[in-house]
Amino acid sequence: MNRRTILRFLSTSALALGLLSSLTAFADGLDNVKKAGVLRVAVPQDFPPFGTVGADMKPQGYDIDMAALIAKEMGVKLELIPVSSTNRIPYLTTGKADLVISSLGKNPDREKVIDFTIAYAPFYNGVFGPADVKAASAADLAGKSIAVTRGSVEDLELTKIAPATAVIKRFEDNNTTISAYLSGQTQLAATGNVVAAALNERTKLRPLTSKFLIKNSPCFVGVNKGEVALIARVNEVITKAKKDGSLNQIALKWLRNPLPAEL
Amino acid sequence: MAYAFDFTAVAEYHTQLLSGVGYTLLLTAVGATLGVAMGTLGAVLRAWRIKPFAQVFGLYVELIRNTPFIVQLFFIFFGLPALGIRLAEWQAATLAVVINLGAYSTEIIRAGIQAIPRGQIEAAGSLAMTRSQIFRHVVLQPALQKVWPALSSQIVIVMLGTSVCSQIAAEELTFAANFIQSRNFRAFETYIVVALVYLGLSIALRALLARLGQRFVVKRRAAA
Repeated sequence: MNRRTILRFLSTSALALGLLSSLTAFADGLDNVKKAGVLRVAVPQDFPPFGTVGADMKPQGYDIDMAALIAKEMGVKLELIPVSSTNRIPYLTTGKADLVISSLGKNPDREKVIDFTIAYAPFYNGVFGPADVKAASAADLAGKSIAVTRGSVEDLELTKIAPATAVIKRFEDNNTTISAYLSGQTQLAATGNVVAAALNERTKLRPLTSKFLIKNSPCFVGVNKGEVALIARVNEVITKAKKDGSLNQIALKWLRNPLPAEL
Repeated sequence: MAYAFDFTAVAEYHTQLLSGVGYTLLLTAVGATLGVAMGTLGAVLRAWRIKPFAQVFGLYVELIRNTPFIVQLFFIFFGLPALGIRLAEWQAATLAVVINLGAYSTEIIRAGIQAIPRGQIEAAGSLAMTRSQIFRHVVLQPALQKVWPALSSQIVIVMLGTSVCSQIAAEELTFAANFIQSRNFRAFETYIVVALVYLGLSIALRALLARLGQRFVVKRRAAA
């Protein structure tokens, strides 16, 4: 099955489900959650640092903390439903979960099937480097060396936006790119924030702090179509968490970098 | 579905290809000159068992000839910075090529020196030639004459081996090929063009080395 057929299948099933639910009752997701006293959230189990299974066999990660935060704010119990990246949307559209918090990016295809809240987690390709190297924008790369994996999104974008005097060192794969940075062969490295977080976790050789963003694809909470009240409530929780710093805590804990200002 | 070949997708990047060729040639030229010089030194020290240098070179030869080139290159580029020795990718690539060729040519030239009959050296001595005269004209020159084809082959192998330097972002010919392929996704066209370029370079390099050999090493037969 190609993507289009999957999506067609998904949208038809979503449509059928929508019809079905409008026939049975004018069910409101938020009311149902409150009545049941349980918030069912689809979370990843194979995608660190967003969701993995810890040594105690319990799910852990950014997405799990986010789910717990929302359940707490809503005053209900949390039920975690482990999903894979391919079945996370079907879990939502078939009513097996109330929310999908599974490092889900927004794109037009997905927007046809489900609705999204505001962004809750940063997911981006960016330029990373030590704290003492200043590079707030592409223009600051002038005269600096940047390690990047050849042919990657970062490579293609940087080739376009970096000034001519920037020295872009293109390596064969992610590993050599990272080795070049860690051994100090380049001043900066361009990679994904998740890769940077995993590295900061594993080595103290040379920290990767976020400099600027190359391509942004933040994560959103997925909600079934038409659940206006539920979306509003979750948005409220996310906005509050951004303001009071609790979301920043989660970001520091799992991504080893503070929330970017854009979020 | 038949694959539609499109070589213009490679031709677009001819400046990258040319600069890659330039890089490869420069790397080979510098590497071969210094590498053969190092090999000559090592061969003399080893052939005449000059302590302790002969042992040091022996260790070096074994170490380099029994480890992969890419590991040597990675050690120099990624490993040495831990000791505070940070070389740019072109420096690391040149050093790796010199060290590698140095080890192989040490053994090639040593074989040539050891193939000189003792009687020849004794004969030169009886003609009252000085030590340096004997070394240059009776030992080194005939030795190089004997092993010149083997040495030429090794230099060509080293030139082809510089393709590995693309791994540390040295922008030689293979780097150019990988770069182009990552942009136009035309693997067949890109790599066949680059393979042909390498083939041309190898043939040209062999011809050049043969001429250099005639001119500077064989000398006597140059007139013929």
